[in-house]
Amino acid sequence: MTEGVPLRVDGLRMEFGGITAVDGTSFVVEEGTLTGLIGPNGAGKSTTFNCITGVYTPTAGHVYFGGEDITGLAPHQIARRGLVRTFQIARELEEMTVFENMMLAPQGQRGESLLASVVPGLRDAVIEEERELRTAVWETLEFFEIDHLAHEYAGNLSGGQRKLLELARALMTDPDLLLLDEPLAGVNPTLENKLLERIHALRAEGYTFLLVEHDMEVIMENCAHVIVMHQGRVLAEGAPAAIREDAAVIDAYLGEPV
Amino acid sequence: MSQTVTGAVTAAVRDLVDDSDLRMIGLTMGGVYLVATLLAIAAGYDVGGIVNTLRAITVFAAGYGMLVLALNLHWGYTGLFNIGVAGFMAIGTYVTAILSAPPELSPGAGLGLPIPIAVLGGMLAAAIAGVLTALPALKMRADYLAIVTVALSEIIRLSIKSQTLAEVSVAGVTVGTGGGRGISYPAPSDAASWLIELVPGGTLLYPAGAAVGIARPVVTGLVYMLILVAFTAAFYWLLVQIGQSPFGRVLKAIREDELVASALGKDTRIFKLKVFAVGCALMGLGGYLWLGRSGFVNDLSFRPDITFFVFVALIIGGAGSNTGSVLGGIIFSGVLFYLPQFISQNFVRAARAPDTFVEALSGDLAGYLVANISALRFVAIGVLLVWLMQRRPEGILGHRIEAAAAIDLRGGRPEGPEDD
Amino acid sequence: MGVASRVGHLRRRLPALSGEVIVTILIIALLGDLLRRLLTGIIGGPYLASVLIEGLTIGLAYGLAGIGLSMTYSILSFANFAHGDTMTIGAMSGWSVAYLLGGIGTATAGELLLLDANPGLSITASFGVVIIGVIAAGTLTAGLTVLVDRLVYRPMRRADGIPLLIASIGVALAFRYLAAFFYGTDVMGITQPSGKLALLRVDGTTGIGVLAANQGGSELVATGEVAGFIALASTTAPTGTILSVTLHSVVLIVVASLLMLAVHLLLQRTKMGKAMRAMADNKPLAQVTGIPTERVIRLTWIIGGALAGVAGFLIVLKSGTVSFNFGWRILLFIFAAVILGGIGSVYGAIAGGLVIGIVDSVAIVWLPSGLTKVAAFAVLILVLIVRPEGIFRGVTTA
Repeated sequence: MTEGVPLRVDGLRMEFGGITAVDGTSFVVEEGTLTGLIGPNGAGKSTTFNCITGVYTPTAGHVYFGGEDITGLAPHQIARRGLVRTFQIARELEEMTVFENMMLAPQGQRGESLLASVVPGLRDAVIEEERELRTAVWETLEFFEIDHLAHEYAGNLSGGQRKLLELARALMTDPDLLLLDEPLAGVNPTLENKLLERIHALRAEGYTFLLVEHDMEVIMENCAHVIVMHQGRVLAEGAPAAIREDAAVIDAYLGEPV
Repeated sequence: MSQTVTGAVTAAVRDLVDDSDLRMIGLTMGGVYLVATLLAIAAGYDVGGIVNTLRAITVFAAGYGMLVLALNLHWGYTGLFNIGVAGFMAIGTYVTAILSAPPELSPGAGLGLPIPIAVLGGMLAAAIAGVLTALPALKMRADYLAIVTVALSEIIRLSIKSQTLAEVSVAGVTVGTGGGRGISYPAPSDAASWLIELVPGGTLLYPAGAAVGIARPVVTGLVYMLILVAFTAAFYWLLVQIGQSPFGRVLKAIREDELVASALGKDTRIFKLKVFAVGCALMGLGGYLWLGRSGFVNDLSFRPDITFFVFVALIIGGAGSNTGSVLGGIIFSGVLFYLPQFISQNFVRAARAPDTFVEALSGDLAGYLVANISALRFVAIGVLLVWLMQRRPEGILGHRIEAAAAIDLRGGRPEGPEDD
Repeated sequence: MGVASRVGHLRRRLPALSGEVIVTILIIALLGDLLRRLLTGIIGGPYLASVLIEGLTIGLAYGLAGIGLSMTYSILSFANFAHGDTMTIGAMSGWSVAYLLGGIGTATAGELLLLDANPGLSITASFGVVIIGVIAAGTLTAGLTVLVDRLVYRPMRRADGIPLLIASIGVALAFRYLAAFFYGTDVMGITQPSGKLALLRVDGTTGIGVLAANQGGSELVATGEVAGFIALASTTAPTGTILSVTLHSVVLIVVASLLMLAVHLLLQRTKMGKAMRAMADNKPLAQVTGIPTERVIRLTWIIGGALAGVAGFLIVLKSGTVSFNFGWRILLFIFAAVILGGIGSVYGAIAGGLVIGIVDSVAIVWLPSGLTKVAAFAVLILVLIVRPEGIFRGVTTA
């Protein structure tokens, strides 16, 4: 990643047919922070998220990652650069074990080349790398306390366990910036604490997080920086205390069903 | 721990037998052999006849095995619904045929290149065709890809049949598909006699066979059968290498949820293109070695029905499992294809079987049924397909989801240095 | 700025250079070439007209069959690979009934039912019997289709599109080889030639009339020899046929058009029709709003099956022959018609059928006869690549 803040969104616009879902959104995510993106339903959070991660190509505006313009790149190209996302409804590869899910994630694996996997001489190096990955997987699984599920098929996991796996797997890609799409949705309080605890620990190690969440309280309590979106635009941006006092935010939220 | 020589050999054999995959394959093949032998004896075949029957069944099984394995790479591993198998087989076979056929041989005309080069050329052509097919179809949903591949397969077959391409002059050289008449070329099965003569003492096989009542052509046929089985084993090995690797892992991920694979940084398009190329190259080779083994093919050799048979075999064995692919190939070709045909050819009092169903009703219904068992077995296959989709879509081994890693992932957290 | 992001930017600014534009240019070029050939006399007007009529006729049959395929694709969300063989069943059963009735006394019931003895039917020789055959084809196929749904697809209502597709391949195999078992695998001649509706010149007059099967246009002497002759203009050109179409083709055109009209009325004017359209558009919503989905599904199969059966019967009437796998061999054309027109759109299926029929026919101008089918398949592939939602932007099911 080159110089500059991890993520800068500049004048993002996304139109679908006649509807403008995102209308001139701009914000910055600083390095090593836990930043939250909140807003009522229809504010354009998901669309912004998808524009950043390459699922959509925005109609106008730019997304800069570490100083590089990544607007319009394909999802895999963006992930390769260190901007990794999780999914709101955890997308586990159900017919693969937890272990396989985890082994899948690391980038640039030598064995992802067809020749390296097949040619007998080259395969030895692949086997070496697989062993190293295996160790890393165990460490990560233990960090998230799901190592006892290592050989379960991901399809058999409970909802909460899947969320943990989702985050653990994203971590295996060695990201610079993690975009978490409603990571706490539908999660019980105990697990929620555990997840947040892990996220904070990771942040302390230097990872940057952008959380998109519905639950305002969680964001306010955990994020150093909060961005509020409303009707496709950024309504307010700043520390939680400031956001709480912001008249426009109070207006917007009072006018909407919580 | 020291071991005696016999101990080591016993251990190796036990390993082989313990390998449950090979055991399953062996047992299934053995079962088919048993039934076939009993039927052949009942039909009054002599030793030579029985051996020849078993040889034919094995050739069928090996041929289907190769193709089902190739399709497993596309459909079972990567989730690419390719029902143009016959078309890619045709390209591989025809290009090899044209490259290897001598210019004077007719029908069809070729360049007379050495066979290994021709084979590589055929595989390359099939691979390129695969890539060209996959390129526009990278984002297509499965059923559309299915329709595209079957349409393409038909285009290929019609082009082969067309008189326009029967003879074409390219840069002063005349090559051609032979159109409806087909193309003749050096037969792959000749490799058997070549091998027999190459290996010291090989020609002793002929008198050895004669002593047991096996005719000379059957001996040659048996050697070619072994060649085919060797190729099938090679296909199996290749697919295991691919499947049990990080590459194979990504393929599985693509099948499960392509969006996740790309969200994790994998360029899924490149994977799909590679897989299509390799799979189609294998289909081309399989087509040449199996359907093209006699040195003559025409457009009828590659009817779309063949694709569906390969598909049925894969579904029976379990898509996603390489061992399942081989099992499916054996069961389909042996039980559903060859044996009914065998029964029909040998147990029908041909002179007295009724010609039409009408006559059968008032006469020998059983005779008619047996004589037309060919048609009935396809009805049975159709019903089997429906039953499988309703009750057991994963096939025989489909529930065994072979782990995609180059090392054994099972077991707990290793403490010290590992050695697997 | 990397190459990849530059491409992304380019993509945003040049939506015009799409596949659709390229295809449109191609179509215009081809039409232009056709016009050129027509004007320079390479191909004659009457020849082109007869080619077009041929394409239109067979296209109507494709469209008729396509209606059923389109409806099952959208309402049941899977590609029914048994549709072609359903047409075969329709043809076989309809003609068996026609033979039975039309051939009484000429052969045993068994022989007639299995199309073994040919009583020489045609629309002129045995009008009523042929019509009864049409009705039989429709009803018997509809019944069989409903039965198959109950046995095969209903237990799989919740399954994905691919297992259903594979199951339909099983059904296709079963249909095809049952036909082979009962009727044999030979190609069978079914009808005897009937008359032709012709645009012709006789004795200085151009007009329309009906020629008998054995009447040659150029051998005529007086207009009185031509049944139902309607004079149009006087002419100095010699006596002869300008353009003709067989009466069997006319039957196909008339029956198919009537049935299409009936389907249109059903969909637009009846309550069930509205329910079907609702389900095709948005199945979950339809289910939630209390539409009787199982009944709609059954009606879809009945209509689809009946139309497929009739289409099969009519195609055999027109071509004069039948074999156990003729439906399977035209399945891809029906798919092409449906996808071109847009899945879920009945009118799309009809339009798509006409286009595919004409493409297959007109391709003879440029391609050798063995390769004209390639043109139709190429259209299918192009549509799937460039515009998979089809002309009428039919429903794309998940």
